[in-house]
Amino acid sequence: MTDLDTLEGDLLAQVAAASDEAALDGVRVAALGKKGSVSELLKTLGAMTPDERKVRGPLINGLRDRVQGALGARREALAEAALSARLSAERIDVTLPVREAPEVRGRIHPISQVMDEIAAIFAAMGFSVAEGPDIETDDYNFTALNFPPGHPAREMHDTFFLAPDRNGQRKVLRTHTSPVQIRTMRSKAPPIRVICPGRTYRHDSDQTHTPMFHQVEGLVIDKTANIANLKWVLEEFCRTFFEVEAVKMRFRPSFFPFTEPSAEVDIQCSRKGGEIRFGEGTDWLEILGCGMVHPNVLRNCGLDPDSVQGFAFGMGIDRIAMLKYGMPDLRPFFEADARWLDHYGFRPLDIPSLVSGLTG
Amino acid sequence: MKFTLSWLKDHLETEAPLDIITETLTRIGLEVEGIEDRAASLKPYVVAHVLSAEQHPNADRLRVCSVDAGDGQPVQVVCGAPNARAGMKTVFAPPGTYVPGKNITLSVGTIRGVESRGMLCSGAELGLGEDSDGILDLPEDAPTGQPYAVYAGFDDPVVEINLTPNRADCTSIHGIARDLAAAGIGVLKHEHQPPMRGEGPCPVPVTLEFEAADRDLCPYFILRRITGVTNGPSPDWMQARLRAIGLRPINALVDITNYITFDRGRPLHVFDAAKVAGGLTVRRAHMGETLKALDGKTYALTDDTVVIADANGVESIGGIIGGEATGCDAGTTDVLVESALWDPVNIAQSGRRLGVITDARYRFERGVDPAFTLPGLDLATRLILEICGGTPSHPTIAGEPPETGRVIDFPWTETRRLAGLELSRAEMKVSLETLGFHVAGTGDRVKVLTPSWRADVEGKADLVEEIIRIAGLDLIVAKPLEPLHDTAGQPVLTVLQRRTRLAKRALATRGLVEAVTWSFIPHDDAVLFGGGRADLVLANPIAADLSDMRPSLVPGLLRAAQRNADRGLPDIALFEVGQCFENDQPEGQTIRATAIRRGTAGHRGGGRHWDGAASPVDAFDAKADALALLAAFGISTGGLQVVAGGPDWLHPGRSGTLQFGPKNPVGYFGEIHPRVMKALDLKGQIVGFEITLDAVPLPKYRPTKVKPALALSDFQAVSRDFAFVVPRDVAAGEVVKAAQGAERKLIAGIDVFDIYEGVGIPEGSKSVAIAVRLQPVERTLTDAEIEAVTARIVAEVGRKTGATLRA
Repeated sequence: MTDLDTLEGDLLAQVAAASDEAALDGVRVAALGKKGSVSELLKTLGAMTPDERKVRGPLINGLRDRVQGALGARREALAEAALSARLSAERIDVTLPVREAPEVRGRIHPISQVMDEIAAIFAAMGFSVAEGPDIETDDYNFTALNFPPGHPAREMHDTFFLAPDRNGQRKVLRTHTSPVQIRTMRSKAPPIRVICPGRTYRHDSDQTHTPMFHQVEGLVIDKTANIANLKWVLEEFCRTFFEVEAVKMRFRPSFFPFTEPSAEVDIQCSRKGGEIRFGEGTDWLEILGCGMVHPNVLRNCGLDPDSVQGFAFGMGIDRIAMLKYGMPDLRPFFEADARWLDHYGFRPLDIPSLVSGLTG
Repeated sequence: MKFTLSWLKDHLETEAPLDIITETLTRIGLEVEGIEDRAASLKPYVVAHVLSAEQHPNADRLRVCSVDAGDGQPVQVVCGAPNARAGMKTVFAPPGTYVPGKNITLSVGTIRGVESRGMLCSGAELGLGEDSDGILDLPEDAPTGQPYAVYAGFDDPVVEINLTPNRADCTSIHGIARDLAAAGIGVLKHEHQPPMRGEGPCPVPVTLEFEAADRDLCPYFILRRITGVTNGPSPDWMQARLRAIGLRPINALVDITNYITFDRGRPLHVFDAAKVAGGLTVRRAHMGETLKALDGKTYALTDDTVVIADANGVESIGGIIGGEATGCDAGTTDVLVESALWDPVNIAQSGRRLGVITDARYRFERGVDPAFTLPGLDLATRLILEICGGTPSHPTIAGEPPETGRVIDFPWTETRRLAGLELSRAEMKVSLETLGFHVAGTGDRVKVLTPSWRADVEGKADLVEEIIRIAGLDLIVAKPLEPLHDTAGQPVLTVLQRRTRLAKRALATRGLVEAVTWSFIPHDDAVLFGGGRADLVLANPIAADLSDMRPSLVPGLLRAAQRNADRGLPDIALFEVGQCFENDQPEGQTIRATAIRRGTAGHRGGGRHWDGAASPVDAFDAKADALALLAAFGISTGGLQVVAGGPDWLHPGRSGTLQFGPKNPVGYFGEIHPRVMKALDLKGQIVGFEITLDAVPLPKYRPTKVKPALALSDFQAVSRDFAFVVPRDVAAGEVVKAAQGAERKLIAGIDVFDIYEGVGIPEGSKSVAIAVRLQPVERTLTDAEIEAVTARIVAEVGRKTGATLRA
């Protein structure tokens, strides 16, 4: 055992015994500091003969390197132990709930959603969106649409009236979106391709009727549009809207004062266990009315029925929403019950498009 | 409109089964609404002979019967009816039969220890609506084993069609038969009847007393007297048909008029001649006249209604309902039969005003065939003579029938043009002719004469409808619309439409739930929110509290929030984007976006939470929603001003107005006014905003979509904090604005990071602390430069707001 071996054994034992950063630094200063035991030995090298230095030099430098290495290793071990201790203390309960994000809580009403779906489908067929006021004149709501004053067809519409004005004229709450046809044809030259979604009103209230509801009207006017085209548009719409491969449709002759010929359209469906499915089954479900725009209506808009022609159709937005999404009852649509809105409403970023699909 | 199959076959020669007939009706536009086929629903019920009826061993009131139901094998049935007895004929139902009157399906049962294999039935049990004093007691000659429906004549299926208002011709069974014949279901039966010859004139004169302009109210009126009639019950076959379609047989004369109303769509009226005084005058009613009508009700009349009067006054409301005083009953021996034409519009209006719905009104308001006025009277006369006997007079005829029939110049190509359907001319011609149209001429264009019963057919499009509904709409093959090239790539929505949609999505992503509330609200609510104008009040609201067109979306949402709170959901955030009404003009209608938050339903979410309970909502929650909405529109909000105060429905000190200049307010936010809360009976804390989307400035048009160049500075930004002491009523916004004004170039942003009142601040003042970020562009700022800017800010804020730096 030389004195160097003794010193080394001593220092390494001190390093190993240092229990924290401060103690370890004390050891370092005592060994490698300016007056440290190893530093003092290194200073003796200068006074040695070359032969002596040749022997002692490597011994002392070796000692210094090993002590330094031991100090480094110990420092790392201490840091590791300290981190472990910290991490084992830093614990959260990940099962604690976070607040629901606003975009998770928010809802879009089914009527808005279905209006967006309808617009997406018809936009792809070249339709734009036209609008008109809810408070209409008798002319736009009835007369221009070929409902002559006093005609029993007016009784098909249970109309809300506003108080008569100075001239005895009384405005009505529009009973259908068809007045927008007139407004469109009187303001724009053909070709016309519009849909007119909006709010409509009838003096009627029971299980399946509310005094306010929503309709979408479609209008195509050009030089050739005919019932064959009308069928195509409606087939495309129903297939896309109900998201099925094909929808079987039945056109039944019917009557609307503002179309001639007129038809009502049924779609084939099945009802199993209270669930309606389209594209299968044997039941028929009426979903819309349509027809060729009546020559009198075209004339009322300053158009010549022998040189332009076209078709119109109309359907209940609330109704097709109920059919597609299975709401059993219409009345809750307008009751703003948060439970209903949460269940039947749509997430804010479920934006219908034909690119990503109407529904996710 | 209802009819029975056998009745239809009086007019239509056909072998087609019921299902083909009903399918065809729907296909050609006479939509079948219901089919009642009692031959099918009552099929298991048969006439049975009770062979024996013994006392039940274990029950006093029951009898054990042995029944022959026609197959020769006696069946044992336990029966509780008091009238069950040996030898009687009654109706038997075997096990497995559904009993409509009891809503059960029979099975083999054991009643008090005795087996019973079926049931002896009462009329009520069969659903025939008769009282049930016991089981049906049929005549002895009823054939054992025959289906009861056949025996009782209930086997005539009843069809109900949903008639569209244009098809006056199909208010008659004859007209329905004509349509079916055109559709290939059999041949229409024509009975050519020679005009009726009467004996002597009708002694009752008829005067049509109208001004020249009013003649259309009753252009044509025919009256015939028949003397010596016996007005007993009508024959069984007629009663059965009338009952089947839901009419109550009354007496032969009345039943005959009802029968012809349905058979031929020709309403008639019968007066008891003995009760009519003097001649008949057809005229407008005089104000104040009344009539006790055949339905037992008394109607107050106005001069808008046309009546038939005699010397005693009004005896009948023309075309709608007759009067009780001159009605026919069992004592009637002389009868006056009326066949007239009435103005459809006047009948519709009078009927609606009086609230009378009759089969006559139903037909006259749709339009009755003018050419059948006299033939209809003759047909009725023949039936009366046949059933009631008597001697008819010549008819008294007042006025003349209007001209009918229209000539339509019709190019055959019209069918292809409008319907996209290629049909042969021959086929189209046959369809029109079978429907009663005359087609004259050959070649591409023909003249088509409409029949007297089709006043609804006015032009070419109507003829196309006739042709294609008979051919079948299902023949038309769908054909794509050609793309419109000149609109490709143009936006489908206007800016306002796009913003309406965007507003909904933007608000929903803030945790708000979209409601759709009524457009009409209670009058008092409308007044509270600046509405209630006379031109927005409904004349006929569906309910008293749905009376006024809404001036704002806020009241509807407030009430909805309260309803939810009452249901146990106090923290609720609702929005609506929809129409509001300032007046009754189209320009008075605007689209607004409105949101309200109640309780603690802030943006982060409401209610208690382990991380700290949410605090009650305040005006700043509403302001944040409003600004988020404007930001979503992508317009520059640089010009947006926020001004203290708002409309009357908001708390005056806790509300703000959002405006793009003083003349262009776009909306308001804040806390709901306590008075409004009280008036609407609302509880809790509620804040909200309303923005009128129409008022929000449109985006500036730019010829390019390129965004402005991005200038990033490489030099260090510095931030300096200032704490200003200002009088309490100085808005923080003024401090920020003044600071901003002190240095236009360097200031890149100012944040308000503290508002303080209390110890260390003089009474009536507050401290507003702002952090100003200075961003040099050309080189790093020197300390001297920073000092200079700082001094300018302090001076400017002091000058504008009276602020001093906090010590």
